Amino acid sequence: MSDITLQKSDSSGVGPVEGISLYDADNPAPVIEAPRKRTSKTPRSTRGNFEMAAWLFMRLSGVVLVVLVLGHLLIQLVLDGGVSKIGFAFVAGRWASPFWQVWDLLMLWLAMLHGANGLRTVINDYAERPNTRLWLKGLLYTATVFTILLGTLVIFTFDPNIR
Amino acid sequence: MPAGTLYRGREGMWSWVAHRVTGVLIFFFLFVHVLDTALVRVSPEAYDDVVATYKTPLVALLEYGLVAAILFHALNGLRVIAVDFWSKGPRYQKQMLWTVMGVWIVLMVGALYPVLGHAVREVFGS
Repeated sequence: MSDITLQKSDSSGVGPVEGISLYDADNPAPVIEAPRKRTSKTPRSTRGNFEMAAWLFMRLSGVVLVVLVLGHLLIQLVLDGGVSKIGFAFVAGRWASPFWQVWDLLMLWLAMLHGANGLRTVINDYAERPNTRLWLKGLLYTATVFTILLGTLVIFTFDPNIR
Repeated sequence: MPAGTLYRGREGMWSWVAHRVTGVLIFFFLFVHVLDTALVRVSPEAYDDVVATYKTPLVALLEYGLVAAILFHALNGLRVIAVDFWSKGPRYQKQMLWTVMGVWIVLMVGALYPVLGHAVREVFGS
């Protein structure tokens, strides 16, 4: 069975519209290979897939971010006078507590990685030339690493008595 | 030309488009936001100067837009999770989108005064 399949697929199965017909009484229709046909190049296991991990990460980080970001918006923009109260003193007051330091650190990492993976998907969808994809993703990863490191450094080295 | 053959999209497609657009906008704001917060390492004055622009009426309007984008992305993200993991999710995806829009409108009305109140007072006096 598989011998016949291989023979037919070698002649590519799709012939010219006009000219010599690839089909005859013994071979009445083009052979369509199964979409996930195993070849020598197929990995033994299709598990351990990066794209699957990324897909799962988007959902898990998304749930956590709903709590972290909506809480952040509530504190910064709604409660206690909204945006009017924000200033250096307000930041110093909040980062005096390890709870809010961890909150902001977790929010920074999860939001940056969630957003970076989202933009990676967008680039994969719309940038078609290999060079464009390479440059856009290089820029994306550089900006992401820079921003995560800068934000982490700021949270850990914050000094309320800087002046 | 036959009429009605163009797919103009349904709830599923347009919510996907909106999720993408809001996601990209939020991500770009996040870069700016980490950079402005990093000014607390420069000096209290530098930070307070930049935060002062966040308190102007025009930027308050942009903040309201940011809240709109974040709330939609958050609520629709929960809907996407329900579609993926809840066995009846795909069947109820339209109803869930209209639920998302309903909750979104309620929260946006609730955010009107807290986010825009100070800007309105500044523009119209008193």
